[in-house]
Amino acid sequence: MALDPKFIGRTYPPTAPYEVGREKIREFADAIGDANPVYRDPEAARELGHPDVVAPVTFPIVISLGAAEQVVFDPELGLDYSRVVHADQRFTYTRPVRAGDRLVAVVTVENIKTMAGNDIITTRADIATVDGEHVVTARSTLAARGTGDEAGES
Amino acid sequence: MIVGETHGLAAPRITRSTLALYAGASGDHNPVHIDTDACRAVGIPDVFAHGMLSMAYLGRLLTDWVPQERIRAYDVRFTAITPVNDTPVCTGTVTRIQGDCAHLDLKVALPDGTVTLTGSAVIALG
Repeated sequence: MALDPKFIGRTYPPTAPYEVGREKIREFADAIGDANPVYRDPEAARELGHPDVVAPVTFPIVISLGAAEQVVFDPELGLDYSRVVHADQRFTYTRPVRAGDRLVAVVTVENIKTMAGNDIITTRADIATVDGEHVVTARSTLAARGTGDEAGES
Repeated sequence: MIVGETHGLAAPRITRSTLALYAGASGDHNPVHIDTDACRAVGIPDVFAHGMLSMAYLGRLLTDWVPQERIRAYDVRFTAITPVNDTPVCTGTVTRIQGDCAHLDLKVALPDGTVTLTGSAVIALG
C-alpha cells in the first residue's frame, strides 16, 4: 500500500541527547579505514583549531539513522522496512561533529511519493547541540521496493 | 582549488569483516549487509556493502583534500550495489567556482565500470 502523503511535513519529538564520545568516533573512523589523527588524538585536533577530536563527515548518520527510526517504524505510517533501500543521502554542515557534543535531532518527513511502484520517503534530521547550536542537517531518501499502489505492473 | 582539479582514492577491498565492523560502528544492522543466510532467504545471493560505507570513503577523499570545516554540503545518490569483496574507486572533480565556494562532482565506481554512487560537494574557499 502506498504511504499516506498526509505525513509530509510531520515533525517528530526531539530525540534524547546523544553524547558524542572520543571512543565512538575512533571506532567509526577505524570501521571506515580512516587513519587521520584528527579523529583520534585531541592534540592533533587542537593543532587544527578544533576544541576536541572531530568525527568523520558521515558520522552524523549514526545519529540521524537512530532518530529516523521514529518514522521508519511508525506503525501509523506503515513503511515495510524489509524492502527498503537507501536511495540518497545529503548532509549540510554548520561545523564538524566533535567529541563532547550533546546532540539532539528533530526529524521531519520532507516528502513522500510513489514512483514506478516504489514508495519514496525523504526524512530530514536537524541536528543541534542541547544549547540550540545547529551542527548538521542530514536528509535521507529511502525507497521501499514494490510497495506503492502502482506495484505489480512490472 | 581550480576548475578541473581531480583527486582520487582507491578504497580497500570490502570484506565481510569490513561490513561487520561498519554495521557495529554505524548502527546500521540491516542483515542484507552482514548475514548471508538472511540474504538467501529473500533471494539475494550474498551480502553487499552499505551505501554509506562508499560515502564514507568518498568523504575521506574530501577531508584528505580540504579542511573538514570548509565542507558546507555533501550529497550523494546510490545508483548500484557494491558486492562484498569489491574494491570501489572514488573520484572528485572541481566543476565550478561560484562566489566563495567550490562545487565538486563526485563518483564511486567499481573496477568493472559500474558506477555505484554519484554526488556533489560544496566547499567554502576560506
